[in-house]
Amino acid sequence: MSILKDALESGKFGVTAEMAPPKGYDFAEQMEAAEVLSGKVHAVNVTDMQSASLKASGIGLCIKLKQAGVEPILQITGRDRNRMAIMGDILSAASFGIDTMLALTGDHPVVGDCKDSKPVYDLDSVGILKMLTKMEQTGCDCGGNEIAGGAPQFYKGAAVTPVYEPIFLQINKLRQKVEAGAMYVQTQGIFDLDQFKYFLDAVDKAGIKTHIMAGIIPLKSAGMANYMNQNVPGIDVPQHMIDRLSAAAAEGKEKGIKGLPTQLGIEMAAEMIAKIKDEKLCDGVHIMAIGAEKNVPTILDKAGITV
Amino acid sequence: MIITQKKPTEEVMAMVGDAKTVAIVGCGSCATACQTGGEAQIAELTAILEQAGKKVVATTVADYCCMNLGVKAKMKPVVAATPECVICMSCGDGVQCVAKNAGNIPVYPSNNTMYLGEAVRFGVWEEACRFCGECVLGQTGAVCPITQCAKSLVNGPCGGQKNGKCEVNPENECAWIKIYERLQATGQVEKLMNTREDKGYGAFAYPRTISLRGKK
Repeated sequence: MSILKDALESGKFGVTAEMAPPKGYDFAEQMEAAEVLSGKVHAVNVTDMQSASLKASGIGLCIKLKQAGVEPILQITGRDRNRMAIMGDILSAASFGIDTMLALTGDHPVVGDCKDSKPVYDLDSVGILKMLTKMEQTGCDCGGNEIAGGAPQFYKGAAVTPVYEPIFLQINKLRQKVEAGAMYVQTQGIFDLDQFKYFLDAVDKAGIKTHIMAGIIPLKSAGMANYMNQNVPGIDVPQHMIDRLSAAAAEGKEKGIKGLPTQLGIEMAAEMIAKIKDEKLCDGVHIMAIGAEKNVPTILDKAGITV
Repeated sequence: MIITQKKPTEEVMAMVGDAKTVAIVGCGSCATACQTGGEAQIAELTAILEQAGKKVVATTVADYCCMNLGVKAKMKPVVAATPECVICMSCGDGVQCVAKNAGNIPVYPSNNTMYLGEAVRFGVWEEACRFCGECVLGQTGAVCPITQCAKSLVNGPCGGQKNGKCEVNPENECAWIKIYERLQATGQVEKLMNTREDKGYGAFAYPRTISLRGKK
């Protein structure tokens, strides 16, 4: 049974960390990070070529994590695979005991590094969830063939962008994702709790019942924050955070200490997680450390979170 | 209208190759409107070919290069002029129809066929339909998500828009915001609440033939 499901359904504060497979095929760094994360998070969410940037496929890293005793979440986008390929991956994943997944539409190839790639989008996030729910309900694959031994059951998730105008469209799509079978959702990185509360209120008003995991991105520098504000849809780092990161960088330069902005980013992330938990704003957090997974235990420790 | 764009001259000349005698077939409908296959473009191409030492032995403009019967009649004198090749200045459909009526003479396209589009103003054409075979415009405020959304999403927007612009091309507006605004304007926002069945791509399997005669 999905460990994340167990945690969320039993009312525990769910914690997941994101990890990307490598460019190339040396998984050593990922496996080191897995060791650090082991026992600190409920599951590790493996990206599917996020930002349409070519990496080893997620299913490979999921299998390696599973074999290392770390619970993987298989992210599946509709960008590169049609319904047959997705169903095939799901069946393979199930055979390795992978039972938690997250459905995404996926960034378009033209924003990535393999721009000539043909975008597929046979199914979007809602379509992927519907297909898997139908598989579970009917016991048949998408070709209508009965699955020997019964359909594998997945704890299915989706993503949502809280900072979005018009918010109606995000809420409406979230509703469709939940109706299609998403039992948990992780949000795009949040930096402003008032904005987040506004979103949670809209979810509530729409009568959508699902487990929400707040996306947390530990900032590493003012430059990173500015870059994300300009280039990453749905990211809105407030100016006061950027100013604090700039001040930390200036202080570090003056005193000759390296890594102060990163330290501050860790503090800010921990502070946000602690507030989310203390105020019971949502059901958990999803930490996207973007290559700095080794910092995740420190963040959780500072936030007073254990799993 | 089928929107076409001229191929680079070098590409057309490379197809013509060593042929000394050439015929040109223009199209009186879409390609004339797109300024890629009307009388003026035939004259331009004729001049280019003659400058390169070729002889243009016949030119004609079919009313519609995509209508077999009309093309058949227009092609008789072209074939009779025995050119070594024919250049067709229409869409890809027209080129194929002309080729079927050109006997053993090779037919080459002078255009790239781009999309089914709308002339939004003189000289500007926007893509409007991708021939998906199962029109959803009735549910989407007459804004096509298959064409106007770079991912052809049918269940609502992705998270990729920024300030209402598409992540794929910031010059394009997010189709789903347009759909939402149109449905708001027409008092039909509830159409977004209806969960649609996945339309699938079965109806997209090509090549397709539609016949009102019950046979091909």
